[in-house]
Amino acid sequence: MSDPALQARYQVLIHELRCVQCEDNSLADSDASIAADVRRQIRDMLNAGKSDREIKGYLVSRYSEFILFRPEYSWRNAWLWGLPLFLLIIGVVIAIRVIRQRVALVDNEDDADTSHT
Amino acid sequence: MNPRFLVPLGAFAALVVVLAVGINHSHEVGVLKSPLVGHQIPDWELPVLTDPTKSLGSRDLKGQWYVLNYWGAWCYSCRVEHPTLLQAQREGRVQIIGVDWVADNPDENAAALEMLSRQGNPYRQVVIDRDGRTAIDLGIAQAPESLLVNPQGVIVYKEPGVITPEIWRREFLARLPPQSAVPVANAGGS
Repeated sequence: MSDPALQARYQVLIHELRCVQCEDNSLADSDASIAADVRRQIRDMLNAGKSDREIKGYLVSRYSEFILFRPEYSWRNAWLWGLPLFLLIIGVVIAIRVIRQRVALVDNEDDADTSHT
Repeated sequence: MNPRFLVPLGAFAALVVVLAVGINHSHEVGVLKSPLVGHQIPDWELPVLTDPTKSLGSRDLKGQWYVLNYWGAWCYSCRVEHPTLLQAQREGRVQIIGVDWVADNPDENAAALEMLSRQGNPYRQVVIDRDGRTAIDLGIAQAPESLLVNPQGVIVYKEPGVITPEIWRREFLARLPPQSAVPVANAGGS
């Protein structure tokens, strides 16, 4: 692409988007002819002055969010982003409580031992 | 059982349910569940395969049910699907409009014409998509893919792969009105 700023955005976009025909390749890495067509579509939209958001929005409207490697930040996806964090926090809380209980048990045993000496 | 075990057990059971539901739906994700289903088909217009001076488009087909079938002579799975489409054409419940997807095959036009004359032509009309822009606009990811469009222009179903006789009955025929039949005259082209 002629404009280096557009070229930079183009490179980012084609690495951020999935090749629609292959599950794990990006548009940049795919030899499929549909990938070449989608890359051309992106170039056309960049040259027409569309924003990254508009370009991604168009492709998501045709191919679903699956075309994005990274799911969008949205309320619908909040559970996807939040659930692992939520589970981690619960795990840490449980771990702390279990450790405290164990420490309390050990302290009780120590007291019991010392009281027998 | 100590009642204190019930909370983590319950949470684990809930997690299992959530993951099972997710895994159950994962094949749809892999197959790119189309966001266009349930919405108006984007306007399309493509040249007729046998006469590129004429074109056919969504506007010409307004008011009619049709199946839009993306295929190519280069596409092996499309050959597998071909007999099912021929049988569907014989039954005459809905017209099938073929879109010959050139992709990056220089001889596609000739190969497509040859395949249709040799193997039979299940299509009411055939158009050709040379530059692939319409394919992208319709959310086509690979061949074959088919869209079932109602007379209001809404995509009521998308088959993201080969149409088997079972799929034809269960997904296409089941969505047509009971009396539906292929219209008498071809949709006008300009």
